Amino acid sequence: MASANNELAYNTKIEGDIVVTRADAVINWLRSSSVWPMPMGLACCAIELMGVAASRFDIARFGAEVFRFSPRQADCMIVAGTVTYKMAPHVRRIYDQMAEPKWVIAMGACASSGGMYRSYATLQGVDQIVPVDVYISGCPPRPEALLDALIKLQAKIKKEPSAATLLASA
Amino acid sequence: MTAPADVTAALQSKFPQASLRPSCDHPALNLPITEVVAALKYLRDEFAYDFLVDVTAIDNGVDVSPRFTTVWHVYSTTGHGYVRIASDCANDENPVAPTVSHIWPTANWHERETYDLFGITFENHPDLRRILMWDGYPYHPLRKDFPLAGIQTPLPDLEVADLTKASVKPAPMMGGPFVASPGEMNMTDAEPRAKDESWTERREKPASE
Repeated sequence: MASANNELAYNTKIEGDIVVTRADAVINWLRSSSVWPMPMGLACCAIELMGVAASRFDIARFGAEVFRFSPRQADCMIVAGTVTYKMAPHVRRIYDQMAEPKWVIAMGACASSGGMYRSYATLQGVDQIVPVDVYISGCPPRPEALLDALIKLQAKIKKEPSAATLLASA
Repeated sequence: MTAPADVTAALQSKFPQASLRPSCDHPALNLPITEVVAALKYLRDEFAYDFLVDVTAIDNGVDVSPRFTTVWHVYSTTGHGYVRIASDCANDENPVAPTVSHIWPTANWHERETYDLFGITFENHPDLRRILMWDGYPYHPLRKDFPLAGIQTPLPDLEVADLTKASVKPAPMMGGPFVASPGEMNMTDAEPRAKDESWTERREKPASE
């Protein structure tokens, strides 16, 4: 009996447990769905960062609830707060200790630009020492703003040429 | 909430060189720097000023002599009063003050902070290192000749400095929140947002006035 298979979509009943996709799509899907943040809490923004992780805002809804306090186990550093010149080299060293691929979110005015601290002691933007992927405005930003930054970072991760990068480095 | 009335009189009779210091709140005395430790010990032992609230300093100005004045605030937790002791440092270039960290352990970090920001050396301090700025920082930021924006210096970690090409740079001050207008004026007018911000780091201030 000839069956008229008009389905364009994948059908497990016919083809078995096979999924056909692009390597980039699946790698980026994995990476963006389980971003493990490294909380670099340096000032009051870190309080909002804790709020994001707690039940009311619940960053787990976006797959980024596994806060790791070791850079070896994290892949997204959230710089939350004022970076002093004294602290700046340590921020860079912790960033260097994170495994590739890694991303950085500059949370709040201080991390993005020095904020209101225009003084001899404050680094005028963490992008002087680490490459920043997403900047969040606010002093401090609302937790929703950090969730928005995470969604934007996920969108950015989904556009990366991950397979090509992996093959090039192999 | 003031000290017992006899505390200044008692200090002045015990230390004849002590003079009253103009003060709008608590009893305050100027003392020669050699008598400060004895006076503070006397206050603690005889008048129960058992709590050293603060050790700080004043930079009276680059051209003023004596340039540096060290200030001690003590509080009595039983008498509920404050006394302020101030003393001019003899040397304007490398000011020196005696430590009181053997009387109050809390003085240890207060004196480190005063050393860090004013460059006042506390004699016989057990561990006189910088506490806020990093070791090896070449300036004392609260001195009058130090600009608020800062002075260009290398980052504390030379390896990171080499990697990132970043350095400690003077912060942009234009239109910033700490650029207050001097003198008596309405707080709304004194705020930076009330100022002309049509000029920035990139655009020169238009010539006027």
